[in-house]
Amino acid sequence: MTSTTLPASSLASPAQIPAADSQDFTPRYWLFSLPAVLIVASVIVFPWLFTLYMSTQDWKIGGGQEFVGLQNFVELARDPRFIESMGHTFYYTVLAVVLPILFGTAAALVFHREFPFRGLLRTIFVMPMMATPVAVALVWTMMFHPQLGVLNYLLSLIGIGPQAWVYSPNTVIPTLILVEVWHWTPLVMLIVLGGLAGLPKEPYESALIDGANAWHMFRHITLPLVWPFIMVAIVIRTIDALKAFDTIFVITQGGPGTSSETLNIFLYLQAFQFYKIGYASAVVVIFFVIIIMLSLLLLYARQKSKWNA
Amino acid sequence: MTEILKPTRRGLLRGAAALGATGAIASPLVLREARAQAGFNWKRFSGQSIDVLLVKNPRSDLFQAAEKEFTELTGIKVSSEQVPEQQQRQKAVIEFASGKPSFDVSAISLHVQKRMAAKGKWFADLSPMIKDASLTSPDFNFEDFGAGAVAYARQADGALDTLPYFVDYWMVYYNKELFDAKGVAFPKTMDEMAVAAAKLHDPAKGVAGFVSRGLKNANVPVWACLLLGQGVETTSADGKLQTAGPEAIWAGELYKKLNKDTGPAGAVGFNWNECQTTFMQGRAAMWLDGIGFATPLEDPTKSRIVGKVGYGVTPPGPKAHHAGMFGDGIGISRGSQKKEAAWLYIQFITNRAQQLAMLKAGAGAPARSSAYLDKETIEKSKFGKQYFDCLLNSAKIARAALPQIVPVTEFRDVFGVALTNMIGGADVAAELKKATEAFAPVLVKSEQG
Repeated sequence: MTSTTLPASSLASPAQIPAADSQDFTPRYWLFSLPAVLIVASVIVFPWLFTLYMSTQDWKIGGGQEFVGLQNFVELARDPRFIESMGHTFYYTVLAVVLPILFGTAAALVFHREFPFRGLLRTIFVMPMMATPVAVALVWTMMFHPQLGVLNYLLSLIGIGPQAWVYSPNTVIPTLILVEVWHWTPLVMLIVLGGLAGLPKEPYESALIDGANAWHMFRHITLPLVWPFIMVAIVIRTIDALKAFDTIFVITQGGPGTSSETLNIFLYLQAFQFYKIGYASAVVVIFFVIIIMLSLLLLYARQKSKWNA
Repeated sequence: MTEILKPTRRGLLRGAAALGATGAIASPLVLREARAQAGFNWKRFSGQSIDVLLVKNPRSDLFQAAEKEFTELTGIKVSSEQVPEQQQRQKAVIEFASGKPSFDVSAISLHVQKRMAAKGKWFADLSPMIKDASLTSPDFNFEDFGAGAVAYARQADGALDTLPYFVDYWMVYYNKELFDAKGVAFPKTMDEMAVAAAKLHDPAKGVAGFVSRGLKNANVPVWACLLLGQGVETTSADGKLQTAGPEAIWAGELYKKLNKDTGPAGAVGFNWNECQTTFMQGRAAMWLDGIGFATPLEDPTKSRIVGKVGYGVTPPGPKAHHAGMFGDGIGISRGSQKKEAAWLYIQFITNRAQQLAMLKAGAGAPARSSAYLDKETIEKSKFGKQYFDCLLNSAKIARAALPQIVPVTEFRDVFGVALTNMIGGADVAAELKKATEAFAPVLVKSEQG
């Protein structure tokens, strides 16, 4: 065994290491942050400033460009389709978050227990999550066909009449949520299952000695301990649901009529079908504000849900 | 554009040689040159390469399949890409707006992009090239293109900025077996169509009397085709909306009656593919749509009604008899530096053989009249005489169904919502009034600037 002696000069004494509150911010070190600053400025800050600028313009691709101030925002406030699409977005988001959270948590509790073929069944359960959203949407579209779809055929076998599914304004959003639940419940299950796997056993042993039943243990031990993980799932699902576009566009294109037109579909139409870039930019700005507010709310809730040391 | 009209050294030499050949003094050399001039010089722009933007469809497959032969003939290399329809339209708009499109040739949907192309000055006028014997092969025969299709492609200022190569006429597919079973004759008028649909409608057996597009945007051509029965288009010649008058309301009421009372459940969300599937499975007695969707109907692996499909011309309305016309054209980017090579490409892919190949492959209705006169193709076709009669008779009464305006997509969106609401039971006149009021300022603005 050999030993190596480092020169005394290479060992920094605690006194030489700058404390966190006394770091050297002299300009000679700024250069090192320049690449990161440039990247952030070019891919995040500039596009945002440009979008903000575009939202004050009346510009249609192929036409002239004119400064209109806040006119686009005023028009949006008066646009019934925009207001309607906001309502659809919130309705869709609430259902697309709450239902997978409920089912995913329940599935995680089931898969947390020991039973035969658990591994196989868990693998089968997470399969929908691996499918490509557009492919999933195309398959569901065929299944929803009111005359020829397999869903109405299955319903007929148990004596239930045909449903309109995505072909009726009344049922289109709940039906789209059905796809969303099928697709993303496994993700929630995996997150919550990860949380359950890390829970300590001692509280449960104490509870058993104290005579607690299964519900009491779930309500007062499991749920509080796993809640931070559920919050992570809520944050991920909320972001996913807010930006949902592919599934809705492939299955309904926002229809019938405008019954499933969410903000993303409305935005797509304005920007890429009608080429109203200024108007679409104003939609983006409003959408951005909504997302920021919602994110702050969720981050606050997540902070509150952290385990207390 | 001007460079192709300038005399070139080579062109002058050829002209001189041709003149010499007609002279009395004919040396063997001159005779050889004269013989060479008798054939069109396809190799003139050999070594150039052109970029082509196509829409993803069976016709573009045929174009791409012919590229090798074109390159062998001309020495011009072709780099083409097929982009799905919606994305291709977006790409075209953005690239043309940039002023420097990455392609020399582009296909467009005339029923959506025609006016946009004219206003944005997307394409070069093809007329001077067609007239230029040094650039246009003698067997190109422009007169062979149907007058209706050419008129459809021609812009208001007379420029022919795209060459039509595909036309789609709207007609009525009908299930002969269902008609015979109930003793119903093919309707002679649009009103009779509603009566026949009511007789054939049998929800207990899962059969709808009529099926057509109910999905927003996709449904507007159906209503517009019915409106042609009043001799009226959605916009007047001077660009005014004609969408809330008595004719439009009549067409709206008929659309509502056909789809709400005799359509299949869920028709409100049907695009052409759902209509096609429903009809193909024997679940609808009539289907109003483009003749270009016929191919799978006679395919035994996809259809349950092979040999039972009737092909009827859209019946006349109260005041006029027209078949709604839609179509695609192909043109040369105004900013292209290779217009001549691009023109050779367009000539080649729209020549008689290619158009006939389109018809044989069931890839759509060609714009050239001669394709329909090829008896061998008709005899061997799985579609039969009635299909070709329907095609030719529709061509005779064809009329543009969609407005030739810049914001066609927005028009289809706004009026599409109104039509969807009608199927849901909304009042026709009120919906059309609301849609017209919403769209009128968009239309006015689109022609400004």
